Amino acid sequence: MALTVLLSCCGVLLATSLVVLARARGKAPTLVVYAISLITATVALAAACFALLDAGAAPQSAELPIGLPWLGAHFRLDSLSALFLIVANFGSAMASLYGLGYGLHEQTPGRVLPFFPAFLAGMNLVVLADDAFTFLLTWEFMSLTSWALVMAHHRQPDNAKAGYIYLLMASLGTLSLLLALGLLAGPSGAYSFDAIRSAPPSMGVAAAALALTLVGAGSKAGLVPLHVWLPLAHPAAPSHVSALMSGVMTKVAVYGFVRIAFDLLGPAVWWWGAVVLSLGGITAVLGVLYALMQHDLKRLLAYHTVENIGIIFIGLGLALSFQANDMRWAAALALSAALLHVFNHSVFKSLLFFGSGAVLTATGERDMERLGGLIHRMPLTAFAFLVGSTAISALPPFNGFVSEWLTFQAILLSPRLPQWMMKFLVPAVGALLALSAALAAGCFVKAFGVTFLGRARSSAARNANETDAFSLTAMFVLALVCLIVGVVPGYFIDALAPVAQQLLGAQLPEQRALEWLTIVPIAQSRSSYNGLVLFVLIAASAWLTAYVIHRWASHALRRSAAWDCGFPDASPSTQYTADSFAQPIRRVFGTLAFRAREQVDMPAPGDTSPARLHVHLHDLVWDAMYAPVSGVVGFTADRLNNVQSWTIRAYLTLVFGALVVLLMVLALWH
Amino acid sequence: MALILDALVQVAQLALVLLIAPLLTGYVRKVKAHLLRRRGPPLLQPYRDLIKLMRKEVVLAENASWLFRVVPYLVFAVTLVAAALVPTFATGLVLSQAADLIAIVALLGSARFALALAGLDIGTSFGGIGSSREMMIASLAEPAMLMVVFTLSLLAGSTQLSSVSAFLHGPEVGLRVSLAMALVALIMVGIAENARIPVDNPATHLELTMVHEAMILEYSGRHLAVIEAAASLKLLLYLSLIGCVFVPWGVAIAGQGFAAYAVGLVAYIAKLAAGGLLLAVFETVTAKMRVFRVSDFLGAALMLGLLAALLLFVSQSV
Amino acid sequence: MDRFVLDVAHLFAGGLVLVSFLLLYQDRMFGLLNTFALHALVVSLSVAWQAYIQAAPHLYITAAIALIVKAIIIPVALHRIIVHLGIHRTIETVGGIGQTMLAGIALVALSILVMLPITAEAGTLAREDLAFSLSVILLGLLMMISRRNAVSQVIGFMSIENGLILAATAAKGMPLVVEISVAFSILVALIVIGIFLFRIRERFDTVDVHALERFRGERA
Repeated sequence: MALTVLLSCCGVLLATSLVVLARARGKAPTLVVYAISLITATVALAAACFALLDAGAAPQSAELPIGLPWLGAHFRLDSLSALFLIVANFGSAMASLYGLGYGLHEQTPGRVLPFFPAFLAGMNLVVLADDAFTFLLTWEFMSLTSWALVMAHHRQPDNAKAGYIYLLMASLGTLSLLLALGLLAGPSGAYSFDAIRSAPPSMGVAAAALALTLVGAGSKAGLVPLHVWLPLAHPAAPSHVSALMSGVMTKVAVYGFVRIAFDLLGPAVWWWGAVVLSLGGITAVLGVLYALMQHDLKRLLAYHTVENIGIIFIGLGLALSFQANDMRWAAALALSAALLHVFNHSVFKSLLFFGSGAVLTATGERDMERLGGLIHRMPLTAFAFLVGSTAISALPPFNGFVSEWLTFQAILLSPRLPQWMMKFLVPAVGALLALSAALAAGCFVKAFGVTFLGRARSSAARNANETDAFSLTAMFVLALVCLIVGVVPGYFIDALAPVAQQLLGAQLPEQRALEWLTIVPIAQSRSSYNGLVLFVLIAASAWLTAYVIHRWASHALRRSAAWDCGFPDASPSTQYTADSFAQPIRRVFGTLAFRAREQVDMPAPGDTSPARLHVHLHDLVWDAMYAPVSGVVGFTADRLNNVQSWTIRAYLTLVFGALVVLLMVLALWH
Repeated sequence: MALILDALVQVAQLALVLLIAPLLTGYVRKVKAHLLRRRGPPLLQPYRDLIKLMRKEVVLAENASWLFRVVPYLVFAVTLVAAALVPTFATGLVLSQAADLIAIVALLGSARFALALAGLDIGTSFGGIGSSREMMIASLAEPAMLMVVFTLSLLAGSTQLSSVSAFLHGPEVGLRVSLAMALVALIMVGIAENARIPVDNPATHLELTMVHEAMILEYSGRHLAVIEAAASLKLLLYLSLIGCVFVPWGVAIAGQGFAAYAVGLVAYIAKLAAGGLLLAVFETVTAKMRVFRVSDFLGAALMLGLLAALLLFVSQSV
Repeated sequence: MDRFVLDVAHLFAGGLVLVSFLLLYQDRMFGLLNTFALHALVVSLSVAWQAYIQAAPHLYITAAIALIVKAIIIPVALHRIIVHLGIHRTIETVGGIGQTMLAGIALVALSILVMLPITAEAGTLAREDLAFSLSVILLGLLMMISRRNAVSQVIGFMSIENGLILAATAAKGMPLVVEISVAFSILVALIVIGIFLFRIRERFDTVDVHALERFRGERA
């Protein structure tokens, strides 16, 4: 039943996109398309919620007679799919709501509107797919529609390059997934996931399939070193699409990894978890260090997505290791932590991208160095962005803290793992996780502080106006969800229990029955957290202090010029910029991670030209991996260029030679 | 009945912590002055300073936002809640169900986040210098603190502070290398977080040497009073934490009766006095480090914490 | 009481690793000497405690030798040499202090990874002390290769010696004769090194190893 509803919603979205291809000019199509997307996504969200919360129901399957003639298209709705459908559709609904306001500012709606519903449909279909062909087809469809959306503003100079690199990496990812699923399907060609599930592969094949899945799904999710397309492509798209790509599409990639690694690969081996864990840890730290060096707001947010994907993969790696050692309830804890972070990240990352979209519409600037003081001009956007920043920095009482807390609890269970390598790896990864959390807070002090606080650095920032009601509604709904999940996390952790039960055979103890709505994931150790009590206590103490002081001490206030140690300066260019804020951290971490160097050109005494400060950063991943590959590809392409200018006889010789070689191979085979 | 008694103990602790914090600050200043052969300000001077500041009018910059006005109360509330969770004279606090050691670290992180934002609010370069240096220090101090928390939790089997202090009070724990390393790391982190010499000078107003003072430069009147009170609370929190974890003798276990609570209170005061004395001596004999040496200092604390956790991971008896 | 005794022994061994990290952290010459004196003090306390546990009186003499020679005589002598030679007081490192500490942690992890599995049949005290001793040796070697200053390389060499003493006493096999000869050889080595340092300083006005390599013709 729910599956039928979901498939029909996808059908409606695809139909909408086809219809609007014909006519996309004017205001009406924008409103219609986003309204239909909003309604459809909400219906799909309700269906998915119903499927997830209906514990004990068997997975629903459907087979449609489209696609390959002997295969058809299989679709399946189980608790894992239901969870990721909730994530995808909630994000889609919010993006559509935001689009109702933001889309009206779009200069070329014809390049955005046809592909937006198709993108939403593609993401839903990937999560529902139940055989290898459908999975790959919908995955590629999702990539292509998002590529079209990235290229929507193709006249801007960087966007063409971003789209090109995105297309390359997406193709690489799909190729890896193709090989992985091909390995799993085996020589008999059993492509449906049911068949793969019932025939677990041998150790070598499973390891190869896992490596290929890490490359394929990991590149779409943004694991280092395959993340390079993400900070180029995500900012290039329109803001609501950036939110979908960062908040939802990366999660669909995580779904792909979880489906293959936990469901289709059969019993796990401990070193799989070690590999995933180390990749996650490195990704987390490198992602946030890259983010700290940025002064483009959207690129900072995109790099931050990389960090959070790292945190999710740390949880997944822990779950794999625990499962390999048959510690099922510990694996359930780690998996729940990772899945809760999936949901949390999609919520607050969408919120932050919506905020940056609002800023972009109001000022026309993405560069933080030209913003500032927006809290006075756009107070509601600023408040929502503040909630998002606090949530993403893992600070109580918001939701980011809950998933980080659960991940730390899972790490604290790891000494029971018997393998020596894990005994060294896990505390190191725990330190990396703690480091990335602290750096993330610094990153968002910078992002919020330089953009919204202080004084305006340009006339665009001075004259900004608040955005429209739809955008604000979307942002405030997301902010409210951040608070609710942080304050009563027990309900949400219980909602994840069916997923852990399905994949691992164990689940966390029930949380919502505990007194005062505390969460206690591990009964024996009595480590507990109660977001509601903390929230109430902090709010009550703050209010009480303010009341007591105002009532009995003083409430006088006077506005005046800033103290500034007695040197009041009217020019807003003396305040800290994004780069100067990050300078101490750049000196401490950047010299190692990016070979960061500062170079000052001082003019000679008497010369009135300005002094200049240059900051040189090297992206080591790009220099080590991509630059050589692109060099080799360029070299080969140059050599092969000659093939374009052969004579007809030469081409015929080539065809003849290939045919002869194939016939020889056929002869030798038999 | 037992619940009401526990609640009373919790409220008593909250009140104690609130009342004693400025006294501790005054005591440390007095000891430092005596070490420098001065008489120093009276012990109760911080109370007088707070009352004076609270009665004064707030002078607010023209472009200060609502965030600037809310942050002092928020920082104070968060620090108070965190300080209420650390056992002082008795363990088994009612509120310890709500937040464990990791949550305490994160609460202090929230206070720092809010204060750093307030530093950037007015848009002067002093606020910027304070906030950026504070976030650099935090990026190393917070992981070091979390590694200390890991070490303690691995030993005690729980992250809840009451369980940890009860375990360390009990017979199963011996002298452990990991505990020694965790203690050194926690002291280093405490010095950094409380803006003490050698990381930061709490008494300076030279722009290039200040971190904490630079962030709160624009505050005046009751806002400044609340922030100063929060800073004293934070120092008390760290000394209480070190006391209840590493020097657990004398702490009353919940439900042992008034005599045990009285003994616990006396022991707690003695620990604070000793801790304050050691802090004052350390601040007097050490010079302030230049800013980029602080990262080496805190990096060493992080490495010590990591090493302590590593040793526990590898061998449960080391 | 038995538990307490073992814990104190562990504490000394772990404390030695801690002081080795402190040695890596120093960037001033006199601080380095004081830390080395602390290093030798901890070693002598550890040996004395082992003498108490194992009821082996000759180890008390070893502890006394370590205390007098390494904690008092050698630091004072090096102090005099430094003042006499006028060597400048900061120590240049190869790579930052942060990277050196990270490498130190990795070395401790490596020595634990090596030592604990292979000594599975020995007693707990001996196993972990051996792992710590290997860590101290490796950290001493790290100090020697990551410092540009001849005096700090000498200190690194001597901290390796301390690690060996810890290992030998933990494994219960160090007769007095061996210790006396080792102590004298160290003293002789120190005198020789001191003389060489004087000669080098006289001829080249520096004891910076980097500069010395230039004179050897290895660097342009």
